Amino acid sequence: MDDWKANARAFWTLATPGTIWLVIFFLIPLGYLLALSFSEKAVIDGQVSVNDYTYFTGIANYLRSLNPDIISIFIRTLWWSALATAACLLIGYPIAFLICFLPERSRPLALLMIVLPFWINLLIRTYALKSVMGTRGVINTVIGWVGIGPIDMLGTTPAVIFGLVYVFLPFMILPLYSTIERLDKSYLEASLDLGATQFQTFRKVTLPLTMPGIITGVILVFIPCLGMFLISDELGGTTSWMIGNVIQAQFGASNDWPFGSALSFVLMLLTIIVLVLQWAYQRKSKGVGAG
Amino acid sequence: MAQQLKPGTGPLEFGNRRWLQSLFAATIFVLYLPILVLIAFSFNEQNRGGVWKGFTLENYPKAWNNQSIFDAMVNSLTIAVITTLVATVIGTMVAVMMWRFRFPMKPAYEAAMGLPIVIPEICMGVALLLFFNASGIMNFFSHLIWPLNLSTIIIAHIAFCFPFVAIVVRSRLVGFNKQLEEASRDLGANEWQTFTQVLVPYMKPGIIAGALLAFTLSLDDFVITFFTSGPETVTFPVKIYSMVKTGVKYEVNAASTVLIIITIVATVLAMKLQSPEKAGH
Repeated sequence: MDDWKANARAFWTLATPGTIWLVIFFLIPLGYLLALSFSEKAVIDGQVSVNDYTYFTGIANYLRSLNPDIISIFIRTLWWSALATAACLLIGYPIAFLICFLPERSRPLALLMIVLPFWINLLIRTYALKSVMGTRGVINTVIGWVGIGPIDMLGTTPAVIFGLVYVFLPFMILPLYSTIERLDKSYLEASLDLGATQFQTFRKVTLPLTMPGIITGVILVFIPCLGMFLISDELGGTTSWMIGNVIQAQFGASNDWPFGSALSFVLMLLTIIVLVLQWAYQRKSKGVGAG
Repeated sequence: MAQQLKPGTGPLEFGNRRWLQSLFAATIFVLYLPILVLIAFSFNEQNRGGVWKGFTLENYPKAWNNQSIFDAMVNSLTIAVITTLVATVIGTMVAVMMWRFRFPMKPAYEAAMGLPIVIPEICMGVALLLFFNASGIMNFFSHLIWPLNLSTIIIAHIAFCFPFVAIVVRSRLVGFNKQLEEASRDLGANEWQTFTQVLVPYMKPGIIAGALLAFTLSLDDFVITFFTSGPETVTFPVKIYSMVKTGVKYEVNAASTVLIIITIVATVLAMKLQSPEKAGH
C-alpha cells in the first residue's frame, strides 16, 4: 500500500467524487437530522409554523420519546425483531448446514433457490404475502375446503413476525453458509471418532466454530427488522406498529419532523450499539471468519 | 469399521438426512408460494377479489396501457440505469483509492463509507428528506422537466449504492498481484495506461457484479424513494404501495411479474459472472 503523498494527484482524483457525495448527500443530511431533533417548530405571530423551525431549543423531543407509549413501541420493536431473528436462525442454520453437505454440483442451485426471493422487490413480496394470507386468500381457500376457517391472519402479531422472517431469511442463510462451508469437516470427524455424540459434536465443535457466521447473520437480520415499517404496516394493524411506523407517521400524517428526527436518531443509536457490540465480540473471538 | 454403513447414512452425510431435506423443501415452498400465487393471478380473468375465474393474458396489455403504472415503471428503470452508471464509477474509484493508499484517519473514513450500508434505511430516507427540503434542492428539481425531476431520487440512490459497489470491487482487488502494475510501469506505460489496461480489466468481474448489485438495489428500493420522491414522481415500488392501500387490480400482478423476471435475469447474470471459472485472472 502506498502512502497518499506518494501519488497525491491519483489519490485526490480517486477520492474526490465519492467523498464529496458521501459528505453532501449523507453526512450533512445526518447532521441536519441531528440538529432538527434538538429543535422545535417556530412560533410566528402566535401561530405554530408548518415548516419553519427554531433550532437548538433543547432536548424536548427526546424527553417526549420517553413517553410510555413510545417506550412500549420501542420494546415491542426490539422484541419482535429478536423473535424474528431467532426464528430465522432456527430455520436458517439447519438449511445452511444441509446446503454445505450437498454434493458440490447441486450447492449453487440450492443456494440460488434460497437467495432468489431476496432479490425480488420487497414491496412485491409483501403484497404477495398479504394476498396469500388475506381472508379470501389462497391459504383460507385451501383450509376452507376441509371446513376450517376462514382465519383472520392479517393484523395479528404472528403475521408481522412471519412477514419479517419471510423477508429476511436469506440474510441469515448466506453468512451461515459461507462460514459452515469453510469449516474444516475433519474436526467433526475427529470429535465423532473420539466418542462424542452428534449432539455433543454440534454443541462443542460446530457451534463455537461457526459462531462468527451466526453473529453476522443475526446482525444482518436484526438491524433491518428494527427499522422496518412496511411489513408491520401491511401485515399488521394499527395496534402492531413498530418504531418505523411511528417515524413514518411523524413525516407524514402527524407532520412533526423534529420529533421524527429524534426518534430516527434513537433508532440509529440502537443500531450503532448493536454494531459496536458485534465489533467488540469479533475482536476477541476465534473461529472461522464470516467474510 | 465394525459394521457396514448403508451408503448415505454416514455420520457426516448430512446432505442425505431426511429431516433436513424436508425442512429445506418446506422453506422453499413457503418462500415461493406467495410469489407463484401472485404470478398465477396475473393471468386471472376477474379483475379483483382473489377468486380464480379463468386464464387470460389481458392483464399484461392493460398494465402496459395503464399510464400511471407505465410511467412508474419507466421512472424506476431510468433511475436504476442512471444510478448504476454513476454509482459504479464513483464506487470503483473509492475502492481503488482505499485499496491502494494509506492515509490519515483511514479507519474513520472506512466507517463513514460503511454507514449508509448499516444504518436503517428509514433513517437515511428521512435525513435526505429533511436535507432536500431545507436546502431547497427538492423544490428546485421537482419543477424541472422529466427526467430531471427524478434527480432527488437518483442522488439518494447513488448515495446508498456506491458504498456497496466499493465493497464488491475492493474485495476483488484483494487478489491483485501488484507486480503486474510494476511490470506495466517498467514496460513504459504511464499511470493512466496502467490503470485502464491492467487494473480495470482485472477489476472487470467485480465492477460488473457491483453494477448489477447497484441496479437491483436501486430498482428494489422503496423506503428511501418513498421519502425522497417529489410530489409528482412515482416509482414502481411506491406505485404498488399506494395501489395496495387502495385495493389492487391484477394489472399490478402483471407489472410485478415483469419486474420479477427482470430482477431474476439480472441476478442470474450476476451470479454467472461471479462464478469462479468466469472470474478467472
